Amino acid sequence: MISIENVTRRNFLKGMFSASAFVLCARMVPRSLRAATMIAPPSIDATAFHPGVYVGIEPDGTVLIVAHRTEMGNGVRTSLPRIVADELDADWSRVTVVQGDGDEKYGSQDTDGSHSVREFFEPLREAGATARLMLVRAAAQQWGVPEAQCMADPVHTVTHKSSNRKLGYGELAALAAKQPVPKKEELKFKSPDQWRYIGKPAPGYDVKDVCSGKPLFGMDVRVDGMLYAAIAHPPVLGGKVKSVDDSATLKVMGVKKTIAIDPFKPPHAFQPLGGVAVIADNTWSAFKGRKQLKIDWDNGGNSSYNSADYKKQLQQTARQPGKAVHAVGDPDSEFAKGGKIIEAEYFAPHLAHASMEPPTAVADVQGDKVTVWSPTQNPVGVREEVAKALGLKKEDVTCHVTFLGGGFGRKSKPDYAVEAAVLSSKTGKPVKVVWSREDDIKFDYFHSVAAMYIKAAVDGSGKPTAWMQRSVFPPISSTFDKDAVYGSAGEMSLGWDVIPFDVPHFRSENGQAVAHVRIGWLRSVANIYHAFAVQSFANELAHAANRDPYDYLLALIGSGRIVEVPQPGSPEVAKRYPYDTARLRHVAELAGTKANWGKKKNGNGYGMGIAVHRSFLTYVATVVEVEVDNQGAFRIPNVYTAVDAGIVANPEMVRSQFEGAAVFGTSIARTGEITATGGAIDQSNFNDYPVARMNDAPVHVDVQIVASSAPPAGVGEPGVPPFVPALCNAIYAATGKRVRELPLSRNGFS
Amino acid sequence: MVQFKVNGQSQSFDGDPEMPLLWYLRDILGLTGTKFGCGMALCGACTVLQNGKAIRSCSKPMNSVGGLEITTIEGVTAKGPHAVQKAWEEVNVPQCGYCQPGQIMQAVSLLSSKPHPSDADIDDEMAGNICRCGTYQRIRAAIKEAAKETA
Repeated sequence: MISIENVTRRNFLKGMFSASAFVLCARMVPRSLRAATMIAPPSIDATAFHPGVYVGIEPDGTVLIVAHRTEMGNGVRTSLPRIVADELDADWSRVTVVQGDGDEKYGSQDTDGSHSVREFFEPLREAGATARLMLVRAAAQQWGVPEAQCMADPVHTVTHKSSNRKLGYGELAALAAKQPVPKKEELKFKSPDQWRYIGKPAPGYDVKDVCSGKPLFGMDVRVDGMLYAAIAHPPVLGGKVKSVDDSATLKVMGVKKTIAIDPFKPPHAFQPLGGVAVIADNTWSAFKGRKQLKIDWDNGGNSSYNSADYKKQLQQTARQPGKAVHAVGDPDSEFAKGGKIIEAEYFAPHLAHASMEPPTAVADVQGDKVTVWSPTQNPVGVREEVAKALGLKKEDVTCHVTFLGGGFGRKSKPDYAVEAAVLSSKTGKPVKVVWSREDDIKFDYFHSVAAMYIKAAVDGSGKPTAWMQRSVFPPISSTFDKDAVYGSAGEMSLGWDVIPFDVPHFRSENGQAVAHVRIGWLRSVANIYHAFAVQSFANELAHAANRDPYDYLLALIGSGRIVEVPQPGSPEVAKRYPYDTARLRHVAELAGTKANWGKKKNGNGYGMGIAVHRSFLTYVATVVEVEVDNQGAFRIPNVYTAVDAGIVANPEMVRSQFEGAAVFGTSIARTGEITATGGAIDQSNFNDYPVARMNDAPVHVDVQIVASSAPPAGVGEPGVPPFVPALCNAIYAATGKRVRELPLSRNGFS
Repeated sequence: MVQFKVNGQSQSFDGDPEMPLLWYLRDILGLTGTKFGCGMALCGACTVLQNGKAIRSCSKPMNSVGGLEITTIEGVTAKGPHAVQKAWEEVNVPQCGYCQPGQIMQAVSLLSSKPHPSDADIDDEMAGNICRCGTYQRIRAAIKEAAKETA
């Protein structure tokens, strides 16, 4: 699966490493590990997936590690290099992390699906162990002693104990580069108790630069002679310019010209939306000029899209039989037996990503060569889409990856970088496209709106004997296939095809829905609405049975067993990552214990709620404590979350991700709602699309990380899904009011 | 022609009087540490100091900066790491980091007027600064840490 090459003095490394550096590349051959949770756009060529991890040692002892994944707060520029440094026995203070450009030599670099550590843990360890062995062999050769007498000790040094001779890694680099690359069988991996960095908390590699205001982000890129562009996009997806009057725009100080951008050809995929660009010599003039445009739009077919009507359609579809996704036993016979039936409907609206840095990119087209600087989760996608739009080859497009001011999935879609390239091509100058916050909110690839229906037959003790659940949402695949109306297997695998509960008869279904806006993936994707429905319903069953929700949930999970998953991605994933309910139960118990569940009486405005969920192969339980006043205003004093993500590379980053997920979840639950009228998005900025602020975010988020020797799983996204139902369940405990339609602000809570 | 100071240096401007200070700092002076987040003083990413007090530079037109002393994150950094920046590192506050210059400037402003802020003071002062990654808990801890150092 992994091949390691000595790539010292290879041409393509020029500029990154010095001529005398010793450089290894750990390359992964194509595998389907990602398919487990990744909803790959069809444009990605799986056979071109050869992620390469580059590790080099300079003669001065500097260890250079190329980060080919994107940093957006996920901590990959810290966590991944530390895995290499650990097996290499390198001194972390002498490691330099270099950001890799978008390049197929790294393979797909799309940083989403919470798989950076999951997928690169083994290759990175192997790269580190290989380099270490080559350094040891170089030292043994230099001293003329057996290899077995030499070892990397204590750090960044090879030592010959009996003669007390030492050589630093830098001194050994040249000779190490001449060693044949050892086979995997020859490598000695450190045992977990010898790990120096893996599993030990470490602050972010870039924390000092970030706190100094250094120009790290896409928004900060400045190129000589650069022009600035703001684009008036069609208000409705698929809309076109009928006519434009730019006379007032051209009078604005600093405005140079206006340029029409062609509308996309369906499916829209990652193409620009079209519209009219205002080109100016600074951002402000471009924004001001854009306001002066008088455009008459042909809004097209999606102008019939109204959220209120669409909601009714989704709910109607959710009440009708749908397409079976997965079934166990015979739920229909069980329902027909005439016992007690409990049913409920849930609804969750569209969401926008609203990363703090709105989409932006700089492109410089020089003849048939293009250079793009972009905050992107998907640099190879930038190259492919820019090449397609300009009729060039992907090889003609270079993409420099900047830091991302948040991504959450939005910056996997390179439409804004294509806009910059098209405008650079038309002006002959480097162009920076800046989206305003209004552009960002109105022209997002929205998280799907979804309606869910769940029905259970329960026995005398209140335990379900049969469970049927149906979800309906416009699918992500509609972005790539205009006729797509059903959720993909990937979306179904995100918390819907199976449930972790001990129910003998079960069926999951999916109904169809036509998309009228661009649909995309947002941090934890379909898990958000699916976990909201399943975990709210489990709580409803507990109350219907007059049982304590925590005890009931544990009983529902039942004893440890492996849940058969219809879409594991590959047999290897199923084997490496079995869906083990004992691990889910364990995190539930940890969170409940830490929260002192049951100590304080619920009601009179105080409540605790719990939810569990497995996503991105990680098990999470979250307990939310809430205080609600008689006006419905609530605060969240405490969140207790327990996570089993297998081996964790950097617990400090894991903690950050789960603290952040609670805040992200608060935004979703409290006020998260995007709606459309006449096909145009109603919201525009943080005034009408509010997100959690310090004074309404959870005050304290406690994160317990299970010590585990299981293979690493995802951490960036799995904290989000259980938070939302845990909060709604807490609100029920505090007030007796059941929230079946998000957000809470639509239910009298604020 | 407006005259003012940015990070101690005299500057003058005779462009569009409506241009917000944010875009002057970023596009004209090249001081990109001050971030664009919303353009409506809703998120605090653009926070700078005006005579030592936090303001939103996205909503401060250039025709109103005459005679003012503006300090940006670059100005704070140039004087050696500020107690707030040190505390931010100590607590490992940032995730993506985009909002953090604004958060830091707001915290510098808070501590200059209230060296020992209560939780309520911190909430009040920092509620205008959005962090989408959700680092609020650490921001609160870092402000308390910085308060210890400035004591």
